[in-house]
Amino acid sequence: MSLVKIQTANPTGKKYWRSLNDAADTPEFRDFVHREFPTHATEMLDGNSRRTVLKLMAASLGLAGLTACRRPVEHILPAQSGVEADLYAPGEPFFYTTVHSMGGHVTGLTVETHDGRPTKIEGNPDHPHSLGSATALEQATVLQMYDPDRSQKVLNGGKEAKFADFEGALKGISLGDGSGLRFLSETVTSPTLNDLRSQALKKFPKAKWAEYDPASRDLELAGTSLAFGQQLYVHPHFDQASVILALDNDFLGLDSPSPFMTKLYSKGRRVESEEDLDKMNRLYAVESQFSITGANADHRLRMTGAEVKQFAIDLAAALGAMPALNVVNNAANDKRAKFLAVLVKDLKSAGAKALVSAGPRQSASVQALAALINQSLGSTCVSYSKPVIDKSSIGVDALKALVGEMSAGQVSTLVILGGNPVYTAPADLQFGVALSKVQNSIHLGLEADETAAASKWHIPEAHYLEAWGDQATSDGTPSIQQPVIQPLFGGKTAQEVVALLLGSPASAHDITRNYYNALVAGNKEQAWRKALNDGVVAGVKTAEAVKASADAKKIAAALQAEPKPAAGIEVGFYPSSAVWDGRFANNGWMQETPDPMTKLTWGNAAMISPATAKKNRINDGDVISISKGGVKMQAAVMIQPGHADEAISIALGYGRQKVGRIGKDIGFNANLIRTADGFWFSSGFAIADTGERHLHATTQEHGAINQVIASAERQNDRPIVREATVEEYKKEPKIIEEMAEVPELQGIYPQIVYDKGYQWGMAIDLTSCTGCNACIVACTSENNIPVVGKDQVLRGREMHWLRMDRYYTGDENDPQVVEQPLPCMQCENAPCENVCPVQATAHSPEGLNDMAYNRCVGTRYCANNCPFKVRHFNFLNYHKSGKETTTIPGISTRLAEEELVGLVYNPDVTVRMRGVMEKCTYCVQRIEQARIHAKVDGRREIKEGEVKTACQQTCPADAISFGNINDPNSKVSKMKKQERNYALLAELDIRPRTTYLAKLRNPNPELTA
Amino acid sequence: MSLIVEQNPALMEVNPPLVNSPDYHDLTNQITDITEGALSKTPKKYWITLGITASITGILGLMLVILVWNGIGMWGNNRPVGWAWDITNFVFWIGIGHAGTLISAILFLFRQKWRTSINRSAEAMTLFAVMCAGIYPLFHTGRPWRAAYWLFPIPNTDLNLWQNFRSPLIWDVFAVSTYFTVSALFWFTGLVPDLATLRDRATSKAKQVVFGALSLGWRGSARHWANYEKAYLILAAISTPLVLSVHSIVSFDFATSVIPGWHTTIFPPYFVAGAIFSGFAMVMTLLIIARWTLNLQNLITIKHLENMNKIILTTGSVVGYAYATEFFIAWYSGNTYERFTFINRAFGPYWWAYWTMVTCNVISPQFFWFKKLRRSIPVMFILSITTNIGMWFERFVIIATSLHRDFLPGSWGYFKPTWIDMATFFGTFGLFLTLFLLFARFLPMIAISEVKGVLTTEKQTFKSVATEVVTK
Repeated sequence: MSLVKIQTANPTGKKYWRSLNDAADTPEFRDFVHREFPTHATEMLDGNSRRTVLKLMAASLGLAGLTACRRPVEHILPAQSGVEADLYAPGEPFFYTTVHSMGGHVTGLTVETHDGRPTKIEGNPDHPHSLGSATALEQATVLQMYDPDRSQKVLNGGKEAKFADFEGALKGISLGDGSGLRFLSETVTSPTLNDLRSQALKKFPKAKWAEYDPASRDLELAGTSLAFGQQLYVHPHFDQASVILALDNDFLGLDSPSPFMTKLYSKGRRVESEEDLDKMNRLYAVESQFSITGANADHRLRMTGAEVKQFAIDLAAALGAMPALNVVNNAANDKRAKFLAVLVKDLKSAGAKALVSAGPRQSASVQALAALINQSLGSTCVSYSKPVIDKSSIGVDALKALVGEMSAGQVSTLVILGGNPVYTAPADLQFGVALSKVQNSIHLGLEADETAAASKWHIPEAHYLEAWGDQATSDGTPSIQQPVIQPLFGGKTAQEVVALLLGSPASAHDITRNYYNALVAGNKEQAWRKALNDGVVAGVKTAEAVKASADAKKIAAALQAEPKPAAGIEVGFYPSSAVWDGRFANNGWMQETPDPMTKLTWGNAAMISPATAKKNRINDGDVISISKGGVKMQAAVMIQPGHADEAISIALGYGRQKVGRIGKDIGFNANLIRTADGFWFSSGFAIADTGERHLHATTQEHGAINQVIASAERQNDRPIVREATVEEYKKEPKIIEEMAEVPELQGIYPQIVYDKGYQWGMAIDLTSCTGCNACIVACTSENNIPVVGKDQVLRGREMHWLRMDRYYTGDENDPQVVEQPLPCMQCENAPCENVCPVQATAHSPEGLNDMAYNRCVGTRYCANNCPFKVRHFNFLNYHKSGKETTTIPGISTRLAEEELVGLVYNPDVTVRMRGVMEKCTYCVQRIEQARIHAKVDGRREIKEGEVKTACQQTCPADAISFGNINDPNSKVSKMKKQERNYALLAELDIRPRTTYLAKLRNPNPELTA
Repeated sequence: MSLIVEQNPALMEVNPPLVNSPDYHDLTNQITDITEGALSKTPKKYWITLGITASITGILGLMLVILVWNGIGMWGNNRPVGWAWDITNFVFWIGIGHAGTLISAILFLFRQKWRTSINRSAEAMTLFAVMCAGIYPLFHTGRPWRAAYWLFPIPNTDLNLWQNFRSPLIWDVFAVSTYFTVSALFWFTGLVPDLATLRDRATSKAKQVVFGALSLGWRGSARHWANYEKAYLILAAISTPLVLSVHSIVSFDFATSVIPGWHTTIFPPYFVAGAIFSGFAMVMTLLIIARWTLNLQNLITIKHLENMNKIILTTGSVVGYAYATEFFIAWYSGNTYERFTFINRAFGPYWWAYWTMVTCNVISPQFFWFKKLRRSIPVMFILSITTNIGMWFERFVIIATSLHRDFLPGSWGYFKPTWIDMATFFGTFGLFLTLFLLFARFLPMIAISEVKGVLTTEKQTFKSVATEVVTK
């Protein structure tokens, strides 16, 4: 093909396919371009021809020379090539910086691309809010981009149209002064969109713009507004604090969908030397739903969402920050009284190093109280900054006002920029009904979702990996959202749509570039390239820290004005760890990632405490109806030890109706009972058993609560996760080792000594690990791990090479939880190796337990003999294309992979066929890549830190160390030298290479006594 | 053929004379009549039964096609239970295959003459059971098209792969294939004189050719008999250790692993006793049916059945003792994991499987302490069936319950069979019965030449002759 010639003739790659288009204007090429980037999406509609297009695309992407065509038209810059260089080497992976925003949290990312297709997302080490890590959800966005069920065409009243039709229709709408024009967007974190917004509001002075997200930072801003009289972002510095109180704040998990808070917090938990033991912070948590923050807390007190407020009031009063309000009789609750008294003492003694952090699901008054308490403690661990983006019309209130106008017929044109408000808006607002009254409703979205179906126009949105843009963190640090691929389905960005409305259509690239060109001084090209290379725009003014004083009286008045919660069961909502607010519902990786606490996949459940379940005579798996006033839903119960009594928690984002094939009919829609007043929690609900039963697809204990408790009891007499308090460990460091008796063991074969060259090993620090799941998704993405579907998970066949085991200890009402990541232990005396009849698994001289997939015949003997059960068998062809992989009644795998999704595969890792065993390889492909690089560089040795396994790379808590254990100076060797280092099941004489560092907690002696 | 009949009355008790003993000619007629009858004269019932069993065999074939087409996911196996019904059924069938060789070889060496009435069908049953068993090791693999030859030490150019001789699965391959080969030879050697009888009586050319070829030129000369006796004795001597070794090696699949509940030194004797136990029970089930349908009451007497029941009682008690020992050692070892595994067996999610096993294997054979029950056909028929149910559960309990909850509670799971699991197992019974029915119809199912050695007529004749000689 002529294209190839031109491509190779132009090795510098300075000009890509736009110029090729001119250069190679042959009929074949035009035909190719037509097929490659179908101008009319008609072909996409038809399953067969769409598949053909995708196949062609897949084939073309396989050819190194052609794949450049998928690169964006404009110049993108690989991060590792430096600002000046402009290299392109076929077959080599390239890394580009970009940025992702969700719910007001912005994380800088690095995208790995192979021959022009993104395959993996990692954190950008140079980005201040990523520091090299990415969360599970952020990493899964790469699969979202390839989702074949994403919106692919412009819809007009549900019928397929062209973008030109939309442009034409837009010209026909008279917007005038904008009195009938309203915008509804998700949380805006993009400075360019903010700029376009102000232009739009200037051009249409009577127009309004509301921001709404089902989970965002609105209450944080409302709280500071109440406390300080101005909207401020709160920046808790968990790394500097010594005593932390999380007020219903799952900052390690769902309340901070960014790795940043975990990064900071884990710095205060790190134990690398003896001195670190004295520096460990102490975390107190009060919460309703058992979150991973609660699991990591040294002390946790469970209470309903409403009780958290009273707890904060009592705390503020005890600290003398404000007078006592609605005094509750503490004598009735010894535990709470003691907890509070000890906490007050501890916070006071910490003084400047104390930090109280309220969760984004707590009301503005609690947010304000937290600020007040920090102020009275003189805490230096929190700072505030003004938002760089206009935040005047945000949250439920803004949405409520908008719906009011829509219902009153005052809105003639509504532009919905992203999001799915028909599904996510509070049930009592009846957004869908109001939307039908809007004459011209325009929806820009990634999916043809519920909102798209209810809107007059639907425009496919470009995924952030395929469109130019920008995002700024809450402290105002902007980053360029650099695309790595052409829009697969020709989507548009919010910026482009607003620019079109303004009558000055421009490409997202030009909008972004022009905006920043105006901001930076000096060599603009140089600055632009540097911004793309670094992932952060330098030289732009960021938000300054604001010194403000909280007004105790105002807060007290606001607290008193708030109504008392109604009697009856409280229902709390929280964003799902898997699908967030529903936007990841069609993402197989996320659906199959078990919730860190419940281990539930493919669905949500009404979480309820064991005592409340007993009281209401409800069992695990019973489907109950939850109702109050006019709202009602049905959900299956899951009994969660440690949950607050008289309360139900339920994850948002499930039960979607208009969604792709993966997310259809999964879980229960909690938005049906979410109201504007009870946005995060509200009481007064009644529950009733419907008599129906539901099967939870959990990856541990298979759902039954008696088994959860049984396994918790069993864990207690097994030294599997070893735990000690800092005090105990300081007093007797041998305590960890002595938890298991390891007799002197002798094998019948001569012991192989691994003391030459590289000897790879891993140490996982349970003290740091929070159980956030980022490693699981990193591993899935890096190692092409298949999605197996709910039916297969129910059968116990999930494929995650790295799994996260969760163990409860203590009382079922108030347990503690430890998370334990479990990759392959790479045993030196591996029990799996000697039982394989065909030597498909054998030891490498570098100590890896290698798997030869093409040798494996699949006897599964190795998996049986693995004491850790970390070997995973391909029971069916989980990578097969098509809708269902089997047609046998009763057995199915849900939507394994589509051809398009196959493009997300890492080409360095074999895709395993059915019938073979697979397991963690310590990312052997990364080791080999480092070896090749060392050789190419003329070095003989791989440097320490050069090889990072995928799980280690992304871990926001830096809990995983990996490297050469033969080198006494490597990080992993040093970690393993600690006395809290232990090998799991060492008594079997298997000599695991992966070892654990025991979990140290730092409880307050006054509370444990 | 050993023609020396002991005069010891105690031995006479063990080797019971046949009741209503036929003479040589009658005996030959009685047995060969079944084989030689015209196909059209074969009772309709036979063809209906054969039709049913053949259809069930068809189900087996269909299930295997479904399995290979889609993958092992068609069965209920999962993580952590990588082996479930597949290996349970394999061990079950191999166990059943033990009675044949035991009866033929060990009882032969111990001069237990009563074996002659039952050894032929028991040996045939062994072969068919091993065939059923052999299906599983091959088809339980994820890629049977590879396993079919990669597991054997034959040169292959695919990967220049050599087997891992440290793997008990490789030992299994050798143990089972050796066992099958030797059992087949032993069975065939025993058949030669009878095949010659059939050849001699053959009326059609085809039968003459087939039986002529199969009887290997047997003429019944004294030299033939002498050589035959030696060969039979040698084969019996070779087979004897195999009876003990095959199931010992099968038990190594488990005993050499690290999994609590598998990692046990007691397994070899325990498995062998269990295998004999289940094998005798299966022989019993089939013989009771054959005896009744083919009117062989005079050849297979109550005394024969009673002797077998004694062996069932003995081996059942050995198995029960092994269960108790396992529990004792689990407690005595002080090993947390080991202890839990056994408590979990009896009181965990699979308690029902464990107690089914105990009821069928330990409690029910104890009825055979009573002579009346030992000699009651309905009782022994029911107990022979419950024994095999119990022995199937024993293998299931060992395999699945040990795997489903091992070291780390975080990896615990539960196994549920699919309908394909069940249909496959059901299908193997079809194959087994089809082969047995074909054998019963077309080959002498009782060793004519051997039974002649224990005929009462012969004994009396011999006795009177001997007495005459002595008195003279």
